[in-house]
Amino acid sequence: MEGIWNLNTLWFTLIAVLWIGYFFLEGFDFGVGILLPFIGKDDVDRRVVINSIGPVWDGNEVWLLVAGGATFAAFPEWYATLFSGFYLPLFLILIALIIRGVAFEYRSKDTRPTWRSRWDWAIFVGSFLPALLWGVGFANIVRGVPIDAAHEYAGGFWNLLNPYALIGGLASLSLFTLHGALFLSLKTHGDVEDRARGVARNLGWISLVFMITFLVWTYVGHASGEIVPGVVPIAVLALIGTVPWLVGKKFVGWAFVFTGATIALTVVNMFTALYPNVMPSSLSEAYSLTVFNASASHMTLKVMTIVAIIFTPIVLLYQGWTYWVFRKRIGRDDLAAQSH
Amino acid sequence: MGAVTLARWQFGITTVYHFFFVPVTIGMAFLVAVLETAYVRTRKPVYLRMTKFWGKLFLINFALGVATGIVQEFQFGMNWSAYSRFVGDIFGAPLAIEGLLAFFLESTFLGLWIFGWNKLSPRLHAATMWLVSIGTILSAFWILLANSWMQNPVGYTYNAETGRAELTSFLDLIANKALWAEFPHVIFASLATGGALILGVSAWHLLRKNEPDFFTASTKFAAVALLVGSLGVAFTGHLQGQVMVAEQPMKMAAAEALWQSEQPAGFSLFAIGDVENSRNSFNIIIPRALSLLAYNNLTSEVKGMSDIQATEAAKYGSGNYIPNVFIAYWSFRLMVGFGFLMIAIALWALLRKRSMETSWFLKLALWGIALPFLANSLGWIFTEMGRQPWAVFGVLKTMDSASPTVGSGLVWTSMIGFTILYGVLAVVEVYLMMKYAKAGPDEAVETTSSLAY
Repeated sequence: MEGIWNLNTLWFTLIAVLWIGYFFLEGFDFGVGILLPFIGKDDVDRRVVINSIGPVWDGNEVWLLVAGGATFAAFPEWYATLFSGFYLPLFLILIALIIRGVAFEYRSKDTRPTWRSRWDWAIFVGSFLPALLWGVGFANIVRGVPIDAAHEYAGGFWNLLNPYALIGGLASLSLFTLHGALFLSLKTHGDVEDRARGVARNLGWISLVFMITFLVWTYVGHASGEIVPGVVPIAVLALIGTVPWLVGKKFVGWAFVFTGATIALTVVNMFTALYPNVMPSSLSEAYSLTVFNASASHMTLKVMTIVAIIFTPIVLLYQGWTYWVFRKRIGRDDLAAQSH
Repeated sequence: MGAVTLARWQFGITTVYHFFFVPVTIGMAFLVAVLETAYVRTRKPVYLRMTKFWGKLFLINFALGVATGIVQEFQFGMNWSAYSRFVGDIFGAPLAIEGLLAFFLESTFLGLWIFGWNKLSPRLHAATMWLVSIGTILSAFWILLANSWMQNPVGYTYNAETGRAELTSFLDLIANKALWAEFPHVIFASLATGGALILGVSAWHLLRKNEPDFFTASTKFAAVALLVGSLGVAFTGHLQGQVMVAEQPMKMAAAEALWQSEQPAGFSLFAIGDVENSRNSFNIIIPRALSLLAYNNLTSEVKGMSDIQATEAAKYGSGNYIPNVFIAYWSFRLMVGFGFLMIAIALWALLRKRSMETSWFLKLALWGIALPFLANSLGWIFTEMGRQPWAVFGVLKTMDSASPTVGSGLVWTSMIGFTILYGVLAVVEVYLMMKYAKAGPDEAVETTSSLAY
C-alpha cells in the first residue's frame, strides 16, 4: 500500500480538490461579506452587495460539508483527531457560519434600519472569522501539532496560535477579501463596482506581502520533502503578484481568475507539503497521521470512489449552470423598482 | 457533569433543535412544489399566490435548518472522536454521500427558486422546487441510513487489528430493515408537519375572516397532507415497532414499561413505575394488545426488561442495559398520542362539513401546529435514549464514544454558546414566521422578487 497509485492518495487528492472548490467559491463569498460594511454606503448599496452572492452562497458552502464528510468517510482518524483537536476554532467557525447564513436570509425580511444593521454585522463577523480561521487551521496542519501515540491531539488552544499560523490566517483573510472584491466588481455595476475595484487594487499589495511570507515559510520550514513542490509556489507568487497590475489595467476578469488560481495552487502547495502525512505530529514522526494509517478500509474507499465518479460531474454541471443563469451584473437601478 | 454527559446534552439540544426545522423543510418543499405545479398546469392565480405565501414561510424555516445542520456534521468529530474512529469506516460514507447527492441539490436549486422568478420559465421554476424536494428527501435517506446502522448494525465486521468496525457490504447498509421503517416514518412525519403548519396558519386567518377563498383552499390541501402524513406515520411507526421488537427488544420493553416477560402481553395505557423494584406500582392495560402490535397475533410472548437484561448481560458482559424507563415510556406514549390527535384533526377537517367555520375547531387547528413538533422531538428522544447505554446497538457504548481529549470545560463552552445562539435565533425565527404568516399572501407576493435579499 505504498507509492502514490492507490485509493488513499486518490482520496487525499480529492479532499484537496474539495477544499479548493470550497475556498475558491466561499472564498469570494467571505470577501463579499467582509467588504459589505465598507463598500455598501447605504442600504441599497448593501443590498446590491448581498444579492451579488444571494443565489449561490448556500451551494458554495456545501463544498465544506462535502469536504468534511469526505474526510470522515475516507480518513476517519484524520477527521476524529482534527475535529476534536481543533475544537475551539471549529466552534467559532460554526457560530460564524450559522449567524452568517441566517443573516443572508433574514436581513431583507424586515425594513427597520436597526434590524438590517445588526444582520450586516452578523454577515461581516460571520465572514471575517472563518476567512481568518481557515488559514490559521490549515497552517497548523502543515506545521504539525502535538499528536500522541494514540493519534489524539495533545495540545491546547494556545498551541494553535503561533506566528506561522497567524501569517497563514492573514494570508487567507487578505486573499479571500481580495477575491471577493474582484467578484463584486465583476458582478455589479455603478458605484459598488468602482469601489470594489479600488479596494481590490490596495488589497492586492497587502495580500501579496502575506502570501510571500506564508509561502516562503511553508517551503523552507514545513515541507515533508517527499514531493518536491517545484514550480507551484513560484507560480502562486507570479499569479498573485500580477493581480494589482491587472486591476490597474481594469482586467478584472483576469485578476479574478488569477486570485482563484492562487487559492487553488496554495491548497495544492499545502497538500503536497503534507503528503504522505495528513496531520504531522510535532512530538514524533512516528505519531503522524498519514494517508495510510488514517484511512478507511479499502472497501469504503472503493464505494466512495464509485459514488464520487458518478455524481461529481452532475453536481459541477448544475452548479455551473446556476452561475450562467445569474451571470448578469446587478446595480442600484435594478433594486430601485422594488419597494423593500 | 462529566464530559460524556455534557456531550450527550449538547447532542440532544442541537439535534432536537435542528429537527424542528428539518421536517418543515421536507414537508413544505414537497407541498410548495405541488402548489407550483398546480399553478403551471392550471394557470390559476390562486395557486401562484399559495406558492409564494407558503413558500415564504418555507424559506424562513429553511435558513435555520441549513445553518444548524453544519453543527451536526462537525460535532461527531468534535465531541465524539472515539465514536468517529470506531465507526467512521461505515458512518462517514453516508454523511459524505448526503453532502454530494442531497445538500448540493437542495441548496443550488433553492438558490435558483428564490432568485429565479423572472429568469426561468414557470415550468422550469416549478421544476427547481421539485429538485429541492428530492434533495431534502435524499438527505433524510442518507442520514437515516447512518442512524439506522446505529439502531441495527449490519454489513460490517470488527477488525481486531485496526480496532474498529469496518464495512463489509454497502448494499447491506441500504437494505437495513431498520432504515426502511425509519425512512418512510420520517418522510410521512414531515408531510404531517407541513400539513399541520399550513392548516394552523390558515385557521388563524379564517378565524379573522381574512381571504376566505385563499385560506379555505389552503386548509383542504393541508388537511389532505396531514391525513396522509399522520396515517402514514402511524402505519410505518407500527412497522418500526416490529423491527424494534426483533432487533432492540429492550427499547420496546422500556417503551411499554414491561418489566417481566408476558404471554400474552398487554399494551399499557398509563403506568406509574417503581424503577427501584423493577415493577409498576400502577398500570392500566389493554389485554393482549402488545402481543398483537409486536407479532400480529394475540398469544405471543413479549420479553420483559428483566429477562432481556439477563440475556444482554450474558452476551455483552455485566452492566445495566435498561434505558431510562420513564423517558422511554412517556416519550413513546405521548408521541403516539399526539400522532392520533393529528389523524383526528385531519379527519374532522375533511369529513365534517363546515368544520372550517367553527371557531373551536379553528382554534384547535391553530394550536395543533405544536403537535407534530412535539411528536417529532419525542420520537427522536425515544429512539435515541431508548437505545442507551449503546451508541451503536450491541457494538459501542455511549460512554466509550466521547472525545478523550475534550474536557468538560470545552464542552460547556460550546454547549452554552450554541444554546444561547439557538435561543436567540428561535426568537427571531418565530417573530419572522408570525410576521409573514399574519401579513398574509399579499405581502408575500409583493416581497417576492428576483433580487430577494
